[in-house]
Amino acid sequence: MNQVAITRTQWQPICQRSDLVANSGVCALMGDASSDRKSIALFFIPGAEPQLYAIDNRDPFSNAGVIARGIVAEVDGQLTVASPLYKQHFRLGDGVCLEDETVKLDTYPIAFDGDTVLITTGSENS
Amino acid sequence: MVKQKLIVIGNGMVGHHFLEQLASRPEKELFDVTVFCAEPRPAYDRVHLSEYFAGRTADDLAMGKIEQYRDWGFELHLNDAAVSIDRENRVVTSESGTGKPYDKLILATGSYPFVPPIPGHEHEKCFVYRTLEDLDAIRAASENARVGVVVGGGLLGLEAANALKELGLEAHVVEFAPGLMGVQLDEGGSGLLRSKIEDLGVTVHTSTATELIEEVDGGRLRMRFKGERELATDLIVFSAGIRPEDKLARAAGLQLGERGGIVIDESCRTSDGNIFAIGECALYNNFIYGLVAPGYTMARNTVSLLCGEEASFTSADMSTKLKLLGVEVGSIGDAHGRAEGAAAITFVDEQSGIYKRMITDSEGKQLLGAVLVGDTGDYDQLLQYHLNGIELPEQPEQLILPAADGAAPTLGAGALPDTATICSCHNVSKGDIVQTVQGGCCSLGEVKDATKASTGCGGCAALLKNIVDEELAALGMEVNNDLCPHFPHTRQEIFHMVQVEEIKTFDELLEKHGRGQGCEVCKPAVGSILASLWNEHVHKKPHVGLQDTNDTFMANMQKNGSYSVVPRVPGGEITPDKLIVLGQVAKKYNLYTKITGGQRVDLFGARLEQLPEIWGELIDAGFETGHAYGKSLRTVKSCVGSTWCRFGVQDSVKMALDVENRYKGLRSPHKIKMAVSGCTRECAEAQSKDVGVIATENGWNLFLCGNGGMRPRHADLFATDLDDETLIRYIDRFLMFYVRTADKLQRTSVWLENLDGGLDYLREVIVDDKLGICDELEAQMANVVGTYQCEWKTAINDPEMLKRFRQFVNTDEPDEKIVFVEERGQPRPAEEEEIVRIAEPA
Ligand code: SRM
Ligand SMILES: Cc1cc2nc3c(=O)[nH]c(=O)nc-3n(C[C@H](O)[C@H](O)[C@H](O)COP(=O)(O)OP(=O)(O)OC[C@H]3O[C@@H](n4cnc5c(N)ncnc54)[C@H](O)[C@@H]3O)c2cc1C
Ligand code: SF4
Ligand code: FES
Repeated sequence: MNQVAITRTQWQPICQRSDLVANSGVCALMGDASSDRKSIALFFIPGAEPQLYAIDNRDPFSNAGVIARGIVAEVDGQLTVASPLYKQHFRLGDGVCLEDETVKLDTYPIAFDGDTVLITTGSENS
Repeated sequence: MVKQKLIVIGNGMVGHHFLEQLASRPEKELFDVTVFCAEPRPAYDRVHLSEYFAGRTADDLAMGKIEQYRDWGFELHLNDAAVSIDRENRVVTSESGTGKPYDKLILATGSYPFVPPIPGHEHEKCFVYRTLEDLDAIRAASENARVGVVVGGGLLGLEAANALKELGLEAHVVEFAPGLMGVQLDEGGSGLLRSKIEDLGVTVHTSTATELIEEVDGGRLRMRFKGERELATDLIVFSAGIRPEDKLARAAGLQLGERGGIVIDESCRTSDGNIFAIGECALYNNFIYGLVAPGYTMARNTVSLLCGEEASFTSADMSTKLKLLGVEVGSIGDAHGRAEGAAAITFVDEQSGIYKRMITDSEGKQLLGAVLVGDTGDYDQLLQYHLNGIELPEQPEQLILPAADGAAPTLGAGALPDTATICSCHNVSKGDIVQTVQGGCCSLGEVKDATKASTGCGGCAALLKNIVDEELAALGMEVNNDLCPHFPHTRQEIFHMVQVEEIKTFDELLEKHGRGQGCEVCKPAVGSILASLWNEHVHKKPHVGLQDTNDTFMANMQKNGSYSVVPRVPGGEITPDKLIVLGQVAKKYNLYTKITGGQRVDLFGARLEQLPEIWGELIDAGFETGHAYGKSLRTVKSCVGSTWCRFGVQDSVKMALDVENRYKGLRSPHKIKMAVSGCTRECAEAQSKDVGVIATENGWNLFLCGNGGMRPRHADLFATDLDDETLIRYIDRFLMFYVRTADKLQRTSVWLENLDGGLDYLREVIVDDKLGICDELEAQMANVVGTYQCEWKTAINDPEMLKRFRQFVNTDEPDEKIVFVEERGQPRPAEEEEIVRIAEPA
């Protein structure tokens, strides 16, 4: 929470609550035409805490942009998304791949502001 | 080292088994093997000969393969009968004039059908029933025949009668004796068998002696019976018993029995120490064993002897269980109670036509024999009591009386001694099975492969599974069938819960019977169950998160994140106009186009956001979704059938269309594939499908549980000559029963192999409605059929659903990472380095 307060200025709207699909993922494009654009997977899990997750949409094993279309899967209490292509699991919280911990997707702070969904550009880990 | 010269005369079932056994041993190297085979092809499965009329081909029935003999290094002379044995110089001469020396000689010449010397028996319309050639001749003759008579009411005679019936003839059985199957059945049993068979439209004439066969005008035959009676027919099949094929032996001066048969001792040696006889040509204790199992035992023993081991053939068990014209018949041991002081217990249920009789010793402690007609459910158990001399329970009648709760007390595998023979076809004892399990085989399949148990007649399948399970349990290796960590239940259990508790959503089920939040295993599995039962659109809110991406977007995701589009083309029949539309759509959206292995067209390379538009155009042109993405009905392959093909006997395309349109959309544990062929040439490859339908003169033969793919499996013949309505009813029941009971991602082939009781049990459930659930199954199917919707049609008319097909929720731009390059005039996904190259400005 505290961190959210500090970085508030960098937050930018990415989509509306109504664009999200509960317990499933959608994909959004970040960055403007010129700069490096990233497609990002957004997951909305009403029952979970936190209930919003933003994670890289590119599946490192197939190099295809498909993470947003994976199934949300709980593995030993960890919330993950299973890649629709070769089925590896990525932890929604920190993007770490359970099958190969050396592989990790970038994740981004994301939060609701009323019905608007806010996200910060710079990767949380950079 | 000088090899011993070994000659085998006769390459039938037993001769082949002998060679197979020898080939499997290192000692094979000690012998130089030559085989003389009178028939034009190597050994085939005579036991299942009749299935040749039901669609099985010579290849299906083949046991020995020419290449295989070559690999073994055995010299095989096909179509080359041995004509003489020179015992002096130990040389066998064959038809082709080949003369071969031997050190050891095996006679496996089998037997030939006995044809009573009735005047006229040599008429060209008179046949026997032993080889594939015989059956070809009978089939040919039946083409323009109406009536067929079988002379002989024994086991084989009735089987022949059944065949004639399947060939569409009015069948008669003429038996000299007063009863049918006199050898195996007592009076009561054969009486009931008779009435059941007559109900099936086969006319039975017992105590009837044929005195003359004469041709009457029009080329038909007239049979004159003793006592002025007569019968007109178009063809006659003699099945009046078998005679040992002992010509060679006789000419060579070997000792024979009075009524023929090559006399052998307990080591299968004939009167000449260098010559052995095995199978139906051999006479042991003045007895010819007319069954494979004893022949196999002789073969195995002889191999052991040749390899310098001890082995002796005492007597063999002649018990049999089989289905004749759909009537179950079983006979164990001393069926006639001829033994000293034998006592009998009989149970008769005339209403449902069941006759059971146990023959016990005077104290009622040992089971000497039994006769079962109409219901052989107790056969396995009784046989075990008989073979292993297990003491009978206090009230032996328990074993044949229908217990109050319907379940007869079963003799647990545990009660059997290790020496108990479980599979008599391959002589596998309980001990052998227990060992293989302890040796590390932990599934029924593995045990089958390792021991060959239940790969013969299959009669022992249920008992085998029983033993394997008990042993696994004993080793604490109980296989865990839980769906996943979130549901400590099998798919079948979950299906049941959802059904009886009318659970409509995943969350509800998870709350009631699961734990945690679900995963990519249980979500789609449950989604599929919900769909099978309630058939709601996969996009209805609560179900969205459950689907695999392919189901969510109703298309198959390809390696680069694009999708394929597969419209349904029922039966593979398509109008030129529709074909043109496919071309136009593919062209407009630049899709890679390919004819699939399922008789339809697959359009690859569609972007997510393009799918609704593409489907919109296809649906306007009258196409529907092909469910290529779902665990559901894929395709029903057809051949052109009687409408065009000169051989076709039914309209296979029409049937394929009806079937595909009926079951399209049904959600199942795994994908389902079907095919319909217009005649036995089987151009639609129906026998490799989950459901295969093959046209016959009189209707349809139904094959079930075939599979291509990773582990191909030939479908099993399930029922014959069905009319359209019955065919559909059986398929309805079959599919719903599979959907209910199968494991997740289990094709029908694997499902059947794991089904207790196998094919017979499946027949009891689907044909005899043993579980009394058929109405329910049909109702469920009716519901699915009635609530069918083209998911794509619904989707493109629902704005909420369409929102799912946006590549990005915050812009309409396409995913610039999906790049195609051209190859052979069509697009294909670009490789990584190609993408980089394209990205860089030239
Ligand atoms: C397109 C096609 C190959 C082709 O170019 O012809 C194909 C393509 C795929 N097959 Fe197939 N199979 C295709 C006919 C077959 C056939 C032949 C047939 O159906 O006559 C078989 C063997 C017959 C059978 O299934 O018994 C077949 C056996 C498999 C298997 C192995 C199944 C098994 O039981 O071993 C898989 C893997 C699986 O399902 O787990 C598979 C899986 C797949 C998947 C879905 C793999 C995947 O998940 O991406 C492929 C994607 C299809 C797509 O993107 O549209 N495909 N596949 C054929 C589509 C038929 C259709 O019109 O729907
Ligand atoms: C329709 C039918 C149904 C049956 N059902 C059952 C059943 O349900 N259960 C059961 O246990 N048994 C059944 N049987 C019996 C079973 O098929 C036989 O017991 C078994 O085939 C015997 O094998 P065999 O090798 O001794 O004889 P065969 O299989 O007859 O083989 C003998 C072979 O030797 C060849 N031969 C003969 N003379 C010569 C020669 N001079 N040179 C070279 N080759 C020669 C013959 O052409 C033949 O190919 C059935 C038989 C038939 C016909
Ligand atoms: S065989 Fe393998 S590669 Fe070919 S289509 Fe089927 S699944 Fe794909
Ligand atoms: S008893 Fe025939 S296969 Fe086992």
